[in-house]
Amino acid sequence: MNLPLAAFYVAAAVLLLAALRVITSRNPVHAALWLVAAFFSAACLWLLLYAEFLAIVLVLVYVGAVMVLFLFVVMMLDISFDKLREGFWRHLPLAGGIGFLMALEMALVLSSREFGAGAVPSPGAPPAGHSNTKELGRLIYTDYVFPFELAAVVLLVAIVAAIALTLRRRKETRYQDPAEQLAATKAGRLKIVKVAPERPAAPAQDAKP
Amino acid sequence: MFARAKEIASSLLLTELVKGLALTGRYLFSRKITVFFPEEKTPQGPRFRGLHALRRYPNGEERCIACKLCEAVCPALAITIESEMRQDGTRRTTRYDIDLTKCIFCGFCEESCPVDSIVETRVLEYHGEARGDLYYTKPVLLAIGDRYEAQIAADRAEDARFR
Amino acid sequence: MTELAATMQGALQGWFGPVWGPHAWTVAKSLAGIVAVLVPLLLTVLYYQLVERWVIGWIQVRKGPNRVGWKGVLQPIADAIKLLMKERIVPAGASKGLFFLAPIVAVAPALAVWAVVPFAPGWVIADVDAGLLVVLAMTSMGVYGIIIAGWASNSKYAFLGAMRSAAQVVAYEIAMGFALVGALMAGQSLNLTEIVMRQDGRYGLLEWFWLPLAPFFVVYFIAGLAETNRHPFDVAEGESELVAGFHVEYSGMTFAVFFLAEYANMILVSTLASLLFLGGWLSPFPAAWGILGAPGIGWLLVKIAFFMFLFLWVRASFPRYRYDQIMRLGWKVFIPVTLVWIAVTGVMMLEPLASLPPFSIWFGK
Repeated sequence: MNLPLAAFYVAAAVLLLAALRVITSRNPVHAALWLVAAFFSAACLWLLLYAEFLAIVLVLVYVGAVMVLFLFVVMMLDISFDKLREGFWRHLPLAGGIGFLMALEMALVLSSREFGAGAVPSPGAPPAGHSNTKELGRLIYTDYVFPFELAAVVLLVAIVAAIALTLRRRKETRYQDPAEQLAATKAGRLKIVKVAPERPAAPAQDAKP
Repeated sequence: MFARAKEIASSLLLTELVKGLALTGRYLFSRKITVFFPEEKTPQGPRFRGLHALRRYPNGEERCIACKLCEAVCPALAITIESEMRQDGTRRTTRYDIDLTKCIFCGFCEESCPVDSIVETRVLEYHGEARGDLYYTKPVLLAIGDRYEAQIAADRAEDARFR
Repeated sequence: MTELAATMQGALQGWFGPVWGPHAWTVAKSLAGIVAVLVPLLLTVLYYQLVERWVIGWIQVRKGPNRVGWKGVLQPIADAIKLLMKERIVPAGASKGLFFLAPIVAVAPALAVWAVVPFAPGWVIADVDAGLLVVLAMTSMGVYGIIIAGWASNSKYAFLGAMRSAAQVVAYEIAMGFALVGALMAGQSLNLTEIVMRQDGRYGLLEWFWLPLAPFFVVYFIAGLAETNRHPFDVAEGESELVAGFHVEYSGMTFAVFFLAEYANMILVSTLASLLFLGGWLSPFPAAWGILGAPGIGWLLVKIAFFMFLFLWVRASFPRYRYDQIMRLGWKVFIPVTLVWIAVTGVMMLEPLASLPPFSIWFGK
């Protein structure tokens, strides 16, 4: 029993508990927060595997951005808990069957000879001066540059699609254009007119009393 | 075209923000105008409208003749007066109350008074600690008048030319 | 100093045995480092808010707090005692556990980041390779405190504040991340100490990255204002429309902890701006100037103080942004600006250019 092993057991226990609470929490906001805790413990496990870049990016991307937006949406939902609970027993057999199937598949894969815990030896501690980030960068931009660029393009397409689906301009809404507002100058708005001083008009003859 | 380029450059260089910061930066070093109240006080004029007082003549006779003009003119209905004939046949108040929680310190009572009896003094630091403490009765108001008579008389004399 | 450390190490080996001794030594060393960083940090937070009130007072032609103690120097102590004594009220219908978890979640990352911040060569609790990433990851955690606080309070004002804060932080984190990408490109490392050392050179002030990375520098500071929910981006608090925003239901010590987190984050943004763009502990003068030219923690503190003052100056100068304009600035201005400048930085670092003056000053090493 040494310190890394103790840390592993603590992080793993927290991860399992958090993952369990994600699916057992009644309140969706609590479930989302448990998911955050699960991500965080997973990052701790990765750190113990010397994958510090992946661990930090997991926290940065999933905890820092994705789950924030997820919470943002979940908090705004108006969820009726009664409606969620109805039909639980009716759908239980199907859900249980699928769950059992998935568990079976995972057990088969993990216990297979090619992917068993014994098949992959522990990489051990990296040599001093080894930079995880540098190695990862080298791999991504040399051996895996095409899959990486492809993934980037797929993400770009997803962004364009999401924006194209939601972008619509309502004709009746009047938008401000800050650039135009900033460009407003005195010369464009104000016109100084020089008016010649006028003589008082001569009194009309018939206006006399 | 040139104006547009200049404008883009100025917004990218944050010139307006820098101008704003320069202005507030100058004020950082300007002379401060705070008056520290209990130690320092802003000057008061002779017409300052503070705590009320009822005055007396130099011979000790109270000025108020219970004409009730102040009660009538009071816009906040803060003054309550009851009067009776005194032993010597003059009309005097038996009750002269000012509810300072209602009073708006407009000074109409002082202006309406034909005998300069009800006045507003320069006193502004007073307080009440219990309910009813700010309901000032006739003896209290007379006591205030007695206490600050010198100041009150001096203020009236100074202001007399303008009346 | 090293002798003392060696003695301590030996003593711990003796007490805990050969297996646990090294671990005990690591824990003890880290704890000492944490105390050495956090105690000055918390004191700075305490007095930063007094200085804030002074500076804003002076800019508004007032004198600011000057009654408690000599010239008001005991004011923050008095405030802290007041907040400690006050009752913590939990609103009806609040989610109690999360309600008390929120300030902890807000303050924990704000303090944890300091583990990877160097103050001088070697003066760092954990000199990790990916220091800049740790900073980004930790600062992105801080928003959970605000979101949880807003949701758990069961108050619509707090909830609106939390929603605004969530959207704002996500928007500005991207621009901030890109600005840091520029800094790590120029520094050619994710380690903060190495980034600072790369700004060292003959030209002093001109060697620092603020010159080639000027757009990142500006974007980083403004995004830092938005990330910490400070003026003019403090719509999460928005006194005029949301009372106090996400912490409207918090009182006493729970409120004080939010306060602490906000100010610790401000100091962190100032520190990072100094390290990444203003050369950290390096001196602006040539090395020949004796003590003025020598690098040291003093220079870093001067630079941090400058940025901290800038936070207050900006707060006293500018009106609050409207919410949609904040979003516009984040998404439509900062992100394009930083993306363009990342490309420009890449070109500046390309070989024929990198060895030509003036680019050789920064990228020719």
